[in-house]
Amino acid sequence: MRKLTDADKLSDAKKQANNKSNTGAVGRSIKHESAEMHVTGKAVYTDDKLESLGQLHAAVGMATIASGNITSIDLIAVRAAKGVMAVITLDDIVGHTDIGPVFPGDPILTKDVVEFYGQAIFAVAATSHELAKQAVELAIIEYKETKPVLTIDEALAAKSFVRPPHSMKRGDSATAIEQAKHQLSGKIAIGGQEHFYLEGQIASVIPTEDGGMTVYSSSQHPAEVQKLVAEVLGIPFNRVVVDMKRMGGGFGGKETQAAGWACLAAVLADKTQKAVKLRLNRSDDMMMTGKRHPFENHYQVGFNDKGLIEGIDLTVNGNCGYSPDLSDAIVDRAMFHADNAYYLDQVSITGNRCKTNTASNTAFRGFGGPQGMMVIECVMDDIAYSLGLDPLTVRKANLYGTDDRNITPYHQEVEHNNLSEMISKLEKSARYTERLQEIDDFNASNKFLKKGISLTPVKFGISFTAQHLNQAGALINIYTDGSVDVTHGGTEMGQGLHTKIAQIVAQVFGIAVDNVKVSATRTDKVPNASPTAASSGTDLNGKAAQNAAQTIKQRLIDFVVEHFSVDSDDITFSDDAIEAGKDKISFVELVQKAYFARVSLSSTGFYRTPKIHYDRANATGRPFFYFAMGASVSEVLIDTLTGEYKLLQTDILHDVGDSLNPAIDIGQIEGGYIQGVGWLTAEELHWNDKGRLLTTGPATYKIPAISDAPKVFNVELLKDSPNREATIYHSKAVGEPPLMLAISVWSALRAAIANSVGVKDRVKGVIPSLDTPATPERVLNAVQLITAQQGIIDHA
Amino acid sequence: MSENNIQFLLNNELTVIADCDPNMTVLNYLRQELSRKGTKEGCASGDCGACTSVLAEVITSSNNGTATQQLKYKSINTCITFLSALHGKQLLTIEDLQQGNKLHVVQQAMVDCHGSQCGFCTPGFVMSLFSLKKNLSQAPFTDATAEATSSELNLSLNLNLNLDKDIEHALAGNLCRCTGYRSITDAAKQACNNDDVDQFDQDKLTTIKQLKNIAKQQETVVLHNNGKSLYLPNTLVKLAQLVTQYPQAKLLAGGTDLALSVTQNMAQIQTMISMGNVSELAQINETEDMLSIGAMVSYQDSHQLLTKHYPEFGQMLYRLGSTQVRNSGTLGGNVGNASPIGDTPPVLIALGAKLVLRKGQGTREISVEDYFVDYKVTKLEPGEFIQSIEIPKATNKKQLKVFKISKRLDDDISTVLACFCVEFSKQKVADIKIAYGGMAGIPKRAFACEQALMGKAPTDQNISLAMTALSTDFSPLSDVRASSKYRMQVAKNLVRKCFYELEQTHASTRIETFETDTFEANTFGVKGVTHA
Repeated sequence: MRKLTDADKLSDAKKQANNKSNTGAVGRSIKHESAEMHVTGKAVYTDDKLESLGQLHAAVGMATIASGNITSIDLIAVRAAKGVMAVITLDDIVGHTDIGPVFPGDPILTKDVVEFYGQAIFAVAATSHELAKQAVELAIIEYKETKPVLTIDEALAAKSFVRPPHSMKRGDSATAIEQAKHQLSGKIAIGGQEHFYLEGQIASVIPTEDGGMTVYSSSQHPAEVQKLVAEVLGIPFNRVVVDMKRMGGGFGGKETQAAGWACLAAVLADKTQKAVKLRLNRSDDMMMTGKRHPFENHYQVGFNDKGLIEGIDLTVNGNCGYSPDLSDAIVDRAMFHADNAYYLDQVSITGNRCKTNTASNTAFRGFGGPQGMMVIECVMDDIAYSLGLDPLTVRKANLYGTDDRNITPYHQEVEHNNLSEMISKLEKSARYTERLQEIDDFNASNKFLKKGISLTPVKFGISFTAQHLNQAGALINIYTDGSVDVTHGGTEMGQGLHTKIAQIVAQVFGIAVDNVKVSATRTDKVPNASPTAASSGTDLNGKAAQNAAQTIKQRLIDFVVEHFSVDSDDITFSDDAIEAGKDKISFVELVQKAYFARVSLSSTGFYRTPKIHYDRANATGRPFFYFAMGASVSEVLIDTLTGEYKLLQTDILHDVGDSLNPAIDIGQIEGGYIQGVGWLTAEELHWNDKGRLLTTGPATYKIPAISDAPKVFNVELLKDSPNREATIYHSKAVGEPPLMLAISVWSALRAAIANSVGVKDRVKGVIPSLDTPATPERVLNAVQLITAQQGIIDHA
Repeated sequence: MSENNIQFLLNNELTVIADCDPNMTVLNYLRQELSRKGTKEGCASGDCGACTSVLAEVITSSNNGTATQQLKYKSINTCITFLSALHGKQLLTIEDLQQGNKLHVVQQAMVDCHGSQCGFCTPGFVMSLFSLKKNLSQAPFTDATAEATSSELNLSLNLNLNLDKDIEHALAGNLCRCTGYRSITDAAKQACNNDDVDQFDQDKLTTIKQLKNIAKQQETVVLHNNGKSLYLPNTLVKLAQLVTQYPQAKLLAGGTDLALSVTQNMAQIQTMISMGNVSELAQINETEDMLSIGAMVSYQDSHQLLTKHYPEFGQMLYRLGSTQVRNSGTLGGNVGNASPIGDTPPVLIALGAKLVLRKGQGTREISVEDYFVDYKVTKLEPGEFIQSIEIPKATNKKQLKVFKISKRLDDDISTVLACFCVEFSKQKVADIKIAYGGMAGIPKRAFACEQALMGKAPTDQNISLAMTALSTDFSPLSDVRASSKYRMQVAKNLVRKCFYELEQTHASTRIETFETDTFEANTFGVKGVTHA
């Protein structure tokens, strides 16, 4: 560069633009960096990118049986169909054909064995999306069908597992259960959940001059898409660039399962040397991709008169679908969270990874944690009902202690445990005790409508349990007009990661957050990045970006020390300016001076999470850097004649440490909670007895809509509670934990079901069982069951 | 004379489509032909609202004898709307709202309240909200059913309550997977409480003039494309001729169901006759004892009238589909496509409604009850179509109870829909019609149940007998919505609920209106204290 832009003008212009100074951006409710683009429709998603000349559109042909063998594939009519430019089968793949992310088992296409209804057999590229879809319908594929394994029970009976069972234990739970005053055993079935990201799976691929590919993929893990596309094509990784600007929602569904579509598009692009876009329409997406694992969990527990658990055996059985995918880690996380917030003294926890003939179930916000928590929350309720106590009393009695009773079943100490005080605070602010009485009064005077309330806690472990994933990289470039470009390994799916990263970088340089732009995630800028998952996006990438910013800042400080002859302690960066002793210059000016002095204005940054280690063979260690905590109170109303219900009020107190952005954090909490409510209530997946998913669109699969949000929805962030671990500005991860706050809704439904029997008529020891999703049908069944159990005559 | 093109305003620009596949949806037209990519495809089945855009049309209302013309804004799901629906309308998409650098108030509110996260559903929410805002600013609180009270306190509370309900109704067809809706509701309140005039208000007169110009030159529009044909007649006579001429043609009303065959099942409709431009079919006529609703009257447009006569019918209509669906879908279509889970047929049957069927020049009447023969089979003859629905007006004696049971309150297809039309005389059931949806292959009367109650007092014992009798009337199916057992149990329990509500008229018995009920109970309390 020969001549730079006038620094004075630039800083004047910036001052005007930023007259509500927003430097020192960390901790403020800054709007989402794309908010204005969202509301104007200008935000570009993968399907919105400009198309190339001769752009092709792909569609995938799928198996229409759940289990068996393909006996013949006739694609003559497909190839001859209008607009079709290429058709590929397994034989067209020159490189790797298995795209399993951790373990093998996910063939990109199959030509022989079929393991689920919806498995990909061939793909078509045609001149339009509609023509590609129409062509796929013309395939004639014949099968020899075998009986599919569809349920957890069938898989357990057949010992059909995708990975071996695993256990963790402490002490002698069997003896402790036996010697306890009370024993109870039970089970709970927990349904799966479709991600229902509003933007379906999509990849758009353009061949490059050197036999490589530029890939636009709606993926939470661009580095893995890069790796798999390269492997499938049989080319070096450096020929493939994956570019990911934003997703229209991910929730875990685009962690591993975005890659296959990019690979198929790449093979078609390679074959045609044309740009190829593969977008799954909603029903194909729901049919072909995995979901949250359904679980069936069993418990056997021994406890005393106060409901204190003395010994417990837990078994969590996850329905993994047909292949391992991430299921080993998911069932592990279910086991890690089968304690939730409670100290289990004598304990054994076993996790089974059941193999069934359904799509391969995958990551979904919470990653098995929610399903693990459900069993222990079920135990808390069941103990309370069996003893005739309020469930909150039992929950409090079993909470982890601060100085003792603070070691998890995997032998990690629960440090900085503030749940007990959080629960007390919430109990007060939500008027839990008073409302219990009000609810009793209401129920006494209402014949068919009954209310219930519950308070449940969440303790969620933060870190990938696969240690190597706990690393991140970033790249910062500062240009001579003072504007800053940041790239990091994390992906934006709506969670506000890029906003927080921009705030962090702005904070380091003391500049306005508007001067920092976070660019699309690209594999050629930050290599080998981990998936944006496990709530770790900001913890990892925020630290890496801070590290990169600090590297550049140190260079600038060194330069200022020399240039102004000041001590480095006398230099401050704030309000878009640098004060060096008596001198003060704008940030732009400093950058320009540094440029002329040949100071590098670009740096990478790196971070790896300290302290964590885990010995899986012995199930001991510290898999988690820290725990995120929260608690919620939910009040529901049920109709005992129809089983319909409504969530009336929610009060949440959640600990995000020192919040980087309260508005975004509250958005994560509210959104996670409502998504959890959907999982536990109306979101019901339904397969027929041949293993075909029948709920393949929003007409039959009901995620929460606006009336499902409670009218009174109080969400508070725990004040003055910095994370005591050295996380980014002492914040805490917030992506997944709030989902599990919704467990209080399920527990409140159980309370309302119990309340369908008048207080006077209630027989101690009758437990209102409620599997999930707690649809109106399940609620009505539970009401009828409890009415029958209490010996009350059903007038019907 | 036929005009061979579809004409509409794209924002304020006259746009002519002379050559297009009649099977093309507005969504695909926007994204593929116009590169307006702000409108998103979420489901292509009209159930998520990501593709929501807005149609404006001219309506004439008379105030004290003087006719005034207004623009009425309707949010639609563009993914299940065929291009023919644009004819004579103004189409507004997310790209049209921002003026220069200034965001529209609804956009600004969404930014201020942090109402977007991933942003993919956001354009749809903004457009639904825009439509609500525009209609509210013309006629405040159109959805208000409560009478305004004399107390100022109560008035403002009521207005807020109605605004809350309006917002819920306007946004119930838009799914967001990220936010949990609280922030969006806040944005909606902020936007609706802003009185700023926007560019659409400023251009209103010009827009009305432009739309009337299109209407003036309107004739039957005929489009042929690759062997597929679209007919868009503008009179009832021409429509009748075309239906006789092409008995195999698909008759298009709102299209909220028909379009699914194209977007979901990859079918192609060869010949389509749209009823959308036949003004005679868009009319509502009221006689002394009958309401006559034209086959093209949307749910939305019949809502006010039906609510006035049958509040329970009106209340249920709020849960039929979403605002987008109610803006397009019609009562005629709901009866015409003969789905066993259509929401209005059981109500129409219980009310003893009739259909006027037309074939060529002739018409005949048939009761809605007799219209349905078997699963998706009706008494409609080839070349015949539904012209109007005739509903008897409410009487003092007749009491109507409508119950819609579904997994989700908003925008969900009924698991069971039950409708009771009861007359009492001397504490005994003097007349009763009960009809159910979701319990058989067609919407159907529950004769055995009715018989068990006829002439009886509604005692616990008689109600139990009536409930048991339902097992004679129905043997429902199990499907993704519910099991056969649940359907039967709920159907029975609703008999009990119906009579409980008829007896305990002030008791709060429904979760869907629980908060409203509570609120009303509270305001009565406040009022009582004030006047004491």
